[in-house]
Amino acid sequence: MTITHTYDAVIVGAGGAGLRAAIEASGRVKTAVISKLYPTRSHTGAAQGGVCAALGNVEEDSPEWHTFDTVKGGDYLVDQPAAQILCEEAVDSIYELERWGLPFNRTPDGLIDQRRFGGHTANHGERPVRRACYAADRTGHMILQTLYQQCVKRDVRFFNEFYCLDLLTTDDGRTAGVVAYELATGELHVFRANAVLFATGGYGRMFRVSSNAHALTGDGLSVVWRRGLPLEDMEFFQFHPTGLYRLGVLLSEGARGEGAVLRNRDGERFMERYAPTIKDLAPRDVVSRAIYQEIKEGRGIGPRGDGVYLDLTHLDPAILEQKLPDITEFARVYLQVEPKEEPVPIQPTAHYAMGGIPTDVHARVVTGPDERIVPGLYAAGECACVSVHGANRLGTNSLLDIVVFGRRGGQDMAAHAAEADLPDVPADATSRTRELLDRILARRDGDNVADIRAELQDAMFDLAFVVRSEESLAKMGEILDGLHDRYERIAIGDHGRIYNTDLMEAVELRFLLDCATALVAAASGRDESRGAHYREDHPLRDDANWMEHSLAYLEPDGSVRLETKPVKTGPYIPMERKY
Amino acid sequence: MAAPISAADVLNTSDERRVGAGHLTSLTLRIRRYDPERSADPWWDEFAIKTDPYERLVEALHEVKWHHDGTLTFRRSCAHGICGSDAMVINGRNALACKVLVKDVAPTVTIEPIRGLPVLKDLIVDMEPFFDGYRSVLPFLVNDDPEPERERVQSPEDRARYDDTTKCILCAACTTSCPIFWADGSYVGPAAIVNAHRFIFDSRDRAPRERLGILSERSGVFRCRTTFNCTEACPRGIEVTKAIQEVKRAVLFDRP
Repeated sequence: MTITHTYDAVIVGAGGAGLRAAIEASGRVKTAVISKLYPTRSHTGAAQGGVCAALGNVEEDSPEWHTFDTVKGGDYLVDQPAAQILCEEAVDSIYELERWGLPFNRTPDGLIDQRRFGGHTANHGERPVRRACYAADRTGHMILQTLYQQCVKRDVRFFNEFYCLDLLTTDDGRTAGVVAYELATGELHVFRANAVLFATGGYGRMFRVSSNAHALTGDGLSVVWRRGLPLEDMEFFQFHPTGLYRLGVLLSEGARGEGAVLRNRDGERFMERYAPTIKDLAPRDVVSRAIYQEIKEGRGIGPRGDGVYLDLTHLDPAILEQKLPDITEFARVYLQVEPKEEPVPIQPTAHYAMGGIPTDVHARVVTGPDERIVPGLYAAGECACVSVHGANRLGTNSLLDIVVFGRRGGQDMAAHAAEADLPDVPADATSRTRELLDRILARRDGDNVADIRAELQDAMFDLAFVVRSEESLAKMGEILDGLHDRYERIAIGDHGRIYNTDLMEAVELRFLLDCATALVAAASGRDESRGAHYREDHPLRDDANWMEHSLAYLEPDGSVRLETKPVKTGPYIPMERKY
Repeated sequence: MAAPISAADVLNTSDERRVGAGHLTSLTLRIRRYDPERSADPWWDEFAIKTDPYERLVEALHEVKWHHDGTLTFRRSCAHGICGSDAMVINGRNALACKVLVKDVAPTVTIEPIRGLPVLKDLIVDMEPFFDGYRSVLPFLVNDDPEPERERVQSPEDRARYDDTTKCILCAACTTSCPIFWADGSYVGPAAIVNAHRFIFDSRDRAPRERLGILSERSGVFRCRTTFNCTEACPRGIEVTKAIQEVKRAVLFDRP
């Protein structure tokens, strides 16, 4: 049985971007939010250190400096008009969150306090600047809670624990709705809508060591990719320098903002050699590569020599207790290390996708090098690529992205939905989804989903992580072909209808395999090094050939076709990236 | 330059703190099961696995689900104590499975769903009654004063007044550890009061009296019998009972 719902606007995902969009859309048109998790479980809540805006509360700052840092941090792959919007609208977005009750830490005068963060500088790189507004080291938690509170206040309609498995379009390419699987019952639902916004987050679970939640499997990206739309800049995936050793749990860059430093096994503060001006506060791609280099040259720590230390021992214990309490506890609980007395073992961890579903600055999904608008389709947050993060996102700019472009997307989709007529959905709207689920459920013996996923995660970590090469990516491509073949023969243990998380994990594995396939193809295509994409066989940036975004399309035979589109330039001319 | 720190200092000297050293321990998981599609009654299953002693219990549950019994069903997402999905009764006490290490419960651990909410399948309970309680206390800032152009000013002292209760992740570990809540589901429960506290004591909020009114009702704060189960259960270290006491006092004096 299929249950059909009709809304003007449907938002898929209830993290920061989805909730921010819902706040806009729900006041204007009939809106539903579909989420595979309860909204407050979304991974926005795991963000720690802060959200940047040039408020200038503790020292001089300007949105223009913030824009420059964002463009340079993104290794000039950033679309500069979008970055300008991000950094200018940042200021009002923060005030808005504060007025909704977000409990920011305060200066002695009662203003929003601000601290330093990687790559954020005064006057175009002169020195680190205090730009990150924060609520201890649970800024993302407070943003998620505050946005959810505002949705409760507005009585937003949520469909919790519904998995979006397909996008519906008309023959002439208009968005008509989505198909969702209700976890509690196993029923398929068709949500008809004039406008759909994807805010499904990232896909960091394709790597063995990851800061990402189990739920981050690239659902929205795979769904639109399988409907013929491109994914942009998938080769750019951020590896955060400081994941808890072996576990990958995030230790905020806010720690280094408060004065923590990285040390190798000799106790040396090695970032002084790699980034003489801003040292440990260099952007994440620079720091992760520096750690990789230390490890490669035998100065790593741990049983396998594959980590380094984050040293907080010299900080005032009050800073740990008041400004970094959560990460202090993570070190104690998960590694039995006392950060007040001992350095914390860390290693780079898969963290954030810069690439995603291509959009314009109104969060409208666009396709092709000429950026044709897909009517009624929107994307915002980590699953989208505006592109404000370019080749490497600056810390805190993800939280900014979700509030700025979540708001823009919510406004635009509401306007679109109010004007458009409700498109028809095909009579067999659920057939593709039903076929996918039935195929998985039909088999009693076959390959194990968890084994395939573990092999994907291990191989991606070894072959497509901080350092890549033509050879490693070719090998990864072969491994992916094998994993796709095995996926066709998977069998699961749970064949029931209610709360079949086994079935949903199997579907999520396909999403992950799709995202990995796009990532590896785009990474193979880009024969230069830029931002987070480092090719040891092409170690230099190549501005003559590669001031281009990549677009990856899924072909009917399962192969990937690549296109490019030019970066939208602006006042900042690419120059050598030194910190 | 700081004195050299050898790798041995932090990671390798004692077994107590070896991370990813590769040796495995035996763990038996006794899990209370329920699946209305299979049986009207709950039952117990036991699974014996090998796992890293420093691994999180939620990953031991994954090992069971992924390699022993795919029907075992539980909620989880972030796996490091932030999202609040995996509250369970672990050896008789409420905790998040991702904040319990295997070494602290081996060789045998008993796992049950949290109590006082209808069990739907295995460790999954119906969270709607819990969120109904949360929604009933006006869990959002109320302030219709003219909006300032910049932020509202709040002193660090005023900000500190409600800091503890902003940590809540709505995991329900506190509410489902409360004997009053088990006996009477109409009690809003500790988590709802914590979230009311977060606004009642926020100097920017203008609706503390409305919330105090809601919490002075029969379903409200005076059902609390100060057993401290909630404080012990909170994975975020919130002093839940203290917050409830502060709300009780505010109700009695009709002001925060």
